[in-house]
Amino acid sequence: MSVAAPATSAPQASTDSPKATIVPVAGLPIVALVLIGVVVAIARDARWGLVFCHVVGGGLWTAIDLFVGFVVGPIIGSMSIPARVEFSKRFMPKMLLIMPTVVTMTLAAGFQLARQDGFLDPSVSQHGWIVASFGVVGVMAVIALAYLEPANVAVLFELAKPEPDGRVIEKLMKRFIYTAGITGLMQVTTLIIMTRLVSG
Amino acid sequence: MSTAAHDVPAHAAPSLVDRRLPPITEIGALSMIAIAGGVIYLAAYLPRHAPLWFAIVLLGVAAALQVTNVILLSRLSDFAWGRFFQVARWALLAYAIIAGMIEFAFVFDHTRGAQLVVMTTMLALFMLNVPVLIGFTVARYQRAG
Repeated sequence: MSVAAPATSAPQASTDSPKATIVPVAGLPIVALVLIGVVVAIARDARWGLVFCHVVGGGLWTAIDLFVGFVVGPIIGSMSIPARVEFSKRFMPKMLLIMPTVVTMTLAAGFQLARQDGFLDPSVSQHGWIVASFGVVGVMAVIALAYLEPANVAVLFELAKPEPDGRVIEKLMKRFIYTAGITGLMQVTTLIIMTRLVSG
Repeated sequence: MSTAAHDVPAHAAPSLVDRRLPPITEIGALSMIAIAGGVIYLAAYLPRHAPLWFAIVLLGVAAALQVTNVILLSRLSDFAWGRFFQVARWALLAYAIIAGMIEFAFVFDHTRGAQLVVMTTMLALFMLNVPVLIGFTVARYQRAG
């Protein structure tokens, strides 16, 4: 699948397109609100709040990862180059806020639930599943933080240039494609682990 | 693959894709693997105390890799340092908040003593590593000056 965006066509395609935004500032209050909610739920040991944060965050994280990796990704791959640039300019800044927020919400609440339920105790039968879930999260964290997020930000900076370099965008976008399969596999593994955990 | 992607106009400067730079991203990823391994190892034992030697070894490996990255970065010439620091500064703010939340959770869960020190140092390395990786990935495709 190609994700090339030629340097010559990008500026022409963007004559009436919006200026590339790196971080959508309007979304920051929502992020702050969500993170404060998670901290309050942890500080008060609020069972419902923790379950809400973990289930909603986890559901969104898994669904977005799978949907973007296996549905939106191939669609973007089949779009024309100017359309891909247009889509990326609007889509990527939002992902830059949504994904770290959803991930933080899920993991922080999930860890507290594991502690409350005693799953962190090595003598509990489900402890192995919890450690496995830590491992899965570790793999996803390395991929996301070392490769995906830096590439996401770099693409946005490239798109913000008057004449974006198509080869730079192509190279960076390839990271998404190469890692989509790994992330998808990890998400399916997460679903298996979590359903095993709650099944006892 | 579109061949148009490689059609560079005659007046355009050469693409920055071909520039060879040290493997900062790969070294940073290895450091993150060591950090993730250490945190998982310690967290798998909570609220009990894990034997610390293994976590300390991983912490040392992660720190050594990050020092290597700093040395490699400091030797770079013709690099967009302005953009690097601009991006890294904001990323540091974001990851300081995330690391702060994780630290809060550990303290809230009564993690204390040497275990907390190792956890906190690992979080600090994590907090410093990600901004370097984001800043480097952005700046390597920017023209210096």
